[in-house]
Amino acid sequence: MPAKRVEIRASGELRKVMALHFEEIRQAAEEGKGKVAWCTSVGPAELLQALGFRVYFPENHGAILGTSRASADLIPVANAAGYSPEICSYLTSDIGGYLKGATPLKRLYGFKGIPRPDVLVYNTNQCRDVQDWFSFYQREFNVPLVGVSTPHPVPALEERHIKGVESQMEALVEPLEKVAGTRLDPGELRRALALSRECTDLWNEVLRTGAAVPSPLTFFDECIHMGPAVVMRGRQEAVDYYKLLLAEMKERLKDRVAAVEGESLRLYWDGMPVWGRLRDLSEQFAALRACVVVSTYCNSWIFDELDPSRPFHSMARAYTKLFINRTEQVKQEYIRRLVRDFRAHGIIFHDSKTCPNNANSRYGMPQRLSKEGIPTLVINGDLCDLRFYSDAQVRTSIEAFTEQLAER
Amino acid sequence: MTEYFLGIDIGSWSTKAVLIDAKKRLAGKCLRRSGVELRKVAEDCRDEALRQAGAGPSGIRRTVATGFARDVIAADGVRTEISCHARGAFHHFPRELTVIDIGGQDNKVIRVSPHGRHISFRMNRKCAAGTGAFLEEVALKLDIPLKDFTELSRRSTKKLSIGAFCTVFTSTEVLSLVRKGERKEDIARGLLASVAARIMEMEPISGTVVLTGGVIAFNPGLKDVFEQDFGLEVLVPPDPQFCGALGAALYALEGAGTERAGPEGAGPKGAGPDVPVPKGRNREG
Repeated sequence: MPAKRVEIRASGELRKVMALHFEEIRQAAEEGKGKVAWCTSVGPAELLQALGFRVYFPENHGAILGTSRASADLIPVANAAGYSPEICSYLTSDIGGYLKGATPLKRLYGFKGIPRPDVLVYNTNQCRDVQDWFSFYQREFNVPLVGVSTPHPVPALEERHIKGVESQMEALVEPLEKVAGTRLDPGELRRALALSRECTDLWNEVLRTGAAVPSPLTFFDECIHMGPAVVMRGRQEAVDYYKLLLAEMKERLKDRVAAVEGESLRLYWDGMPVWGRLRDLSEQFAALRACVVVSTYCNSWIFDELDPSRPFHSMARAYTKLFINRTEQVKQEYIRRLVRDFRAHGIIFHDSKTCPNNANSRYGMPQRLSKEGIPTLVINGDLCDLRFYSDAQVRTSIEAFTEQLAER
Repeated sequence: MTEYFLGIDIGSWSTKAVLIDAKKRLAGKCLRRSGVELRKVAEDCRDEALRQAGAGPSGIRRTVATGFARDVIAADGVRTEISCHARGAFHHFPRELTVIDIGGQDNKVIRVSPHGRHISFRMNRKCAAGTGAFLEEVALKLDIPLKDFTELSRRSTKKLSIGAFCTVFTSTEVLSLVRKGERKEDIARGLLASVAARIMEMEPISGTVVLTGGVIAFNPGLKDVFEQDFGLEVLVPPDPQFCGALGAALYALEGAGTERAGPEGAGPKGAGPDVPVPKGRNREG
């Protein structure tokens, strides 16, 4: 029998916040009510907010395409246009959708198509693919493409790493001002940073409730509820949302409400979500009384370096310090610490075929952690391209892993 | 009255049933191609095992299902084939082991502790190279019956390297060897060696190895390859194809397995004391 899932009450408010985000973009793109900046998910969103742009995140669109399983029809279109099946499937889903004129934004939020950008802003702190992705749209829309090339991978964060990124971010101001048609107000930038920092701190607190036994939320809940932290950071609405969600999680802690009924195993998820299988996986873990209590992915939207008193410097620090941009050793220490803090019994590494930068099982980390006594499992799959995913194989692997952990 | 414990392993290629009694003695077994009517085949296997035991459905005290389609049949519990192969192999060889299960669609390397716990495992990546499906595909291309591979390979005099990750590429590679005039004996051995090589790159393997699953059942020559090319001590249990079903039957006996009803609810439960059960025809397992 499938285990009973406890509905998160704040979900209704989440839908409103996300609807507001998309409606503002739609109005800007389709009714001329403002300028639209496309931004990579861990790009300098605060700077764009401060300049009054409506900020659209193609990676978020990629996740929507994956979750709605539209990717299956769209990736081949991008493949045929010369974009390899082995590069980022957010990219191939999104470009395939553009080429085919298909997007769930039409159905979900009343868009006529994807919102036309006025400017494209990237940061290579995650991967090179984002730059190539945005370059495609620069050619299509003939709009400015600006960005930051972040040193990668960074060991301990040092000022020499930060200085270059900081000056690149400062250099974005002039071209962005031209597109925005306004000068950057330093007060607005500080305000956006303060709100982004508050959002990040609240999101962090929400995630930390997962350290409780039993956990009040799962990785699968977090993948959905992280939306505002990705697309609305720097906005009051995101802060208000996480206050609401945090209050609900604290209430669950007080009442010892378990996200997974009868939680008996606690797991760490490393790597990208399998967007097209979130529900199936969530249900499988629940049926096994296993709760995925912590993940690298959802923790990647914690920018605890943001400091309104030093906007450019702190943005440079925050966006360079990201997990994905760090060395293998830093990543291993980070994962080990979270496993300990969240009392996880084991780690599931999702080796996402088209996202090598966010797959941490390829240089021996699972084997090293196993030797330290942390059981690990590697599953093969992908964030959006389910041609790389075997339901039967993953299902069996996860079930066998829980059997293995139960025997310990 | 004899009580029986049933293990059903519904694999991608074949379905196996093993019936044991409370003293772990084999009472019946059956293997059929899984085909598309998975549940019917599983039930047929169960019925055949019961027939061999001279028992009826009410003679089954507990059933555990395993294999990729473990959910299609009514059972008292389910357990993955990974745990079941480990359990079955440990039954035959009770010591610290590495079990290599080479099946129709995937391979597993399972580490078993000296006490019989499965302590870690690895599955092949999503690719048929090195699996039973791979050998079937190439055998078809070469028009050599799969059952002849072992005999041919044992007459090999030359080691050929066949190394592609992909079944399609490997087929092309093999056809190139045919064109170059290589002997079929050497190609047959090269193919078995490529299966072993795919497995050896899954993780470091040493110590005592037990080979289970359908591929070793049909290709005992694979044991030679593991021993000769990799210097391993290799054991093969009797009826290696039934090892998973045996493990499931042992779990049924031990009361283990995730309690889960199949699509029709709980499976045949144990016969009550007032239900006459035909006497089983016990055989040593």
